[in-house]
Amino acid sequence: MATLHTRTNARVMMSPAVVMLLVWMVIPLGMTLYFSFLRYNLLMPGMEEFTGFGNYEFFLTDPAFLDALFNTLLLVGGVLLVTVVGGTFLALLIDQPFWGQGIVRLLVIAPFFVMPTVSALVWKNMFMHPVNGLFAWIAHGLGLEPVDWLAVLPLFSITMIVAWGWLPFATLIILTALQSLDQEQKEAAEMDGAGSVSIFLYITLPHLARALTVVILIETIFLLSVFAEILVTTNGGPGTASTNISYLIYAQALLQFDVGGASAGGVVAIILANIVAIFLIRMIGKNLET
Amino acid sequence: MAREVTRRRKITFTVIGWLIGLTLFFPILWTILTSFKTEGEAIATPPSFLFFQWTFENYFEVQSRSDYLKHAMNSVVISLGSTGLGLLVAIPAAWSMAFSPTRRTKDVLMWMLSTKMLPPVGVLVPIYLLFRDFDLLDTRIGLVMVLMLMNLPIIVWMLYTYFKEIPGEILEAARMDGATLGKEIAYILAPMAVPGIASTLLLNIILAWNEAFWTLNLTAADAAPLSAFIASYSSPEGLFWAKLSAASTLAIAPILVMGWFSQKQLVRGLTFGAVK
Repeated sequence: MATLHTRTNARVMMSPAVVMLLVWMVIPLGMTLYFSFLRYNLLMPGMEEFTGFGNYEFFLTDPAFLDALFNTLLLVGGVLLVTVVGGTFLALLIDQPFWGQGIVRLLVIAPFFVMPTVSALVWKNMFMHPVNGLFAWIAHGLGLEPVDWLAVLPLFSITMIVAWGWLPFATLIILTALQSLDQEQKEAAEMDGAGSVSIFLYITLPHLARALTVVILIETIFLLSVFAEILVTTNGGPGTASTNISYLIYAQALLQFDVGGASAGGVVAIILANIVAIFLIRMIGKNLET
Repeated sequence: MAREVTRRRKITFTVIGWLIGLTLFFPILWTILTSFKTEGEAIATPPSFLFFQWTFENYFEVQSRSDYLKHAMNSVVISLGSTGLGLLVAIPAAWSMAFSPTRRTKDVLMWMLSTKMLPPVGVLVPIYLLFRDFDLLDTRIGLVMVLMLMNLPIIVWMLYTYFKEIPGEILEAARMDGATLGKEIAYILAPMAVPGIASTLLLNIILAWNEAFWTLNLTAADAAPLSAFIASYSSPEGLFWAKLSAASTLAIAPILVMGWFSQKQLVRGLTFGAVK
């Protein structure tokens, strides 16, 4: 009787959260799916009609889509490379005893708390500006021609801006994992004559494997949706040189008012994100059991 | 001899560590410095690093020219509002999942997590249209709702991992000693739950404050929080770097301080308890 009572209680306590999330998920998703099969443009109200897979065909065969897909992969891959390698290196460094360790740690993680619009604008103007930016000044000092970063290497520049913000995230998580490493194991290996390289390869790295996987998966989820950095720096340009999937869909929806096309794009984006999500959820689920 | 080696090692790491730390922090430092320059000095080449005419003028200018305080207030209302509402809904849910789990608890948790994996752009169109039809575009209440729902899975998860650590036996012991429900909550549960709730609160304020997808797409002049307001400086007409810097400094300072205080909790919250 008591258990029945607590069970009902538990249900009542959970239901607001569950119902809200369910509504938040089902209604917009259902609408996206529905719109994706309609010819529907906000500039032509009342002209909606069913087109089957027409929007998908249009979206997937648009050359901009392939560009955007490619750019998305490059952006995600580039940022992951910089943050995972850099983050491991930084975490190993901060884990060493030195003077002012705590302060350096604070300096390193700071970029994570800078909102994307601020970091993008600061980098765009004060660093990457071809005339007045610091990089241009440094280039002059070295006798080089300054580069107009966002015009010539837009995707690379955005990758760097985003990576600057995510490097602290990777560092912090890898550092947390490092600090749970059993020191005795390391000492025992040292006693047996293992060098620092083999200790890293055979003890530290396997211990970090889990944290690294988590970093890669979570960053991928967020990086697939990079948007603000592109909007305030290049607007996806020049051409489609820095347009990713998120930005492409945004442009289709709110600049061209093509609800149907953008919805088809949204469904594609959801499918792409889900491929990653399945792995992540499985991993976290495994952790829940232990 | 060995001492000498470790000492030298320590000096080397100190130098490398500080160099890298300062390099990564430099853009923030540079923003803060530029905010105290005049517009002329802000774009000067060669740039002046410390020896310029320090001025607070930009901080007054961003207020008088673009009503900075209104946007700062929007940020405060939206981040606190969405976090507060989220906690209100999530605390009972996480509590019941941690203390009276059923066979389906795990599935519910995983499902909640999966909603977080949904790319926001996938539901941009319907949310935008719903906002338009319900007159929620450019309102704080609309953003509070969206950000609350967006972060709800993280709030539930984080609270759940904290509540899980409160041993259930302690409650039984208290009951054996004749504690009433009121006393149980006041003397045992609350003190043990508060740190977890506080960390969740902090992390979510940070996430909501910095959110820039929905704020950019759903707000304009009225309800724009700082993350969307700052974007208005991206217009190419004229270089207002000093004012941009002043506005940016004010926008990131409170969150930076909060973030520094919540390093540990951040890891737990953002990895859904997978790394502690």
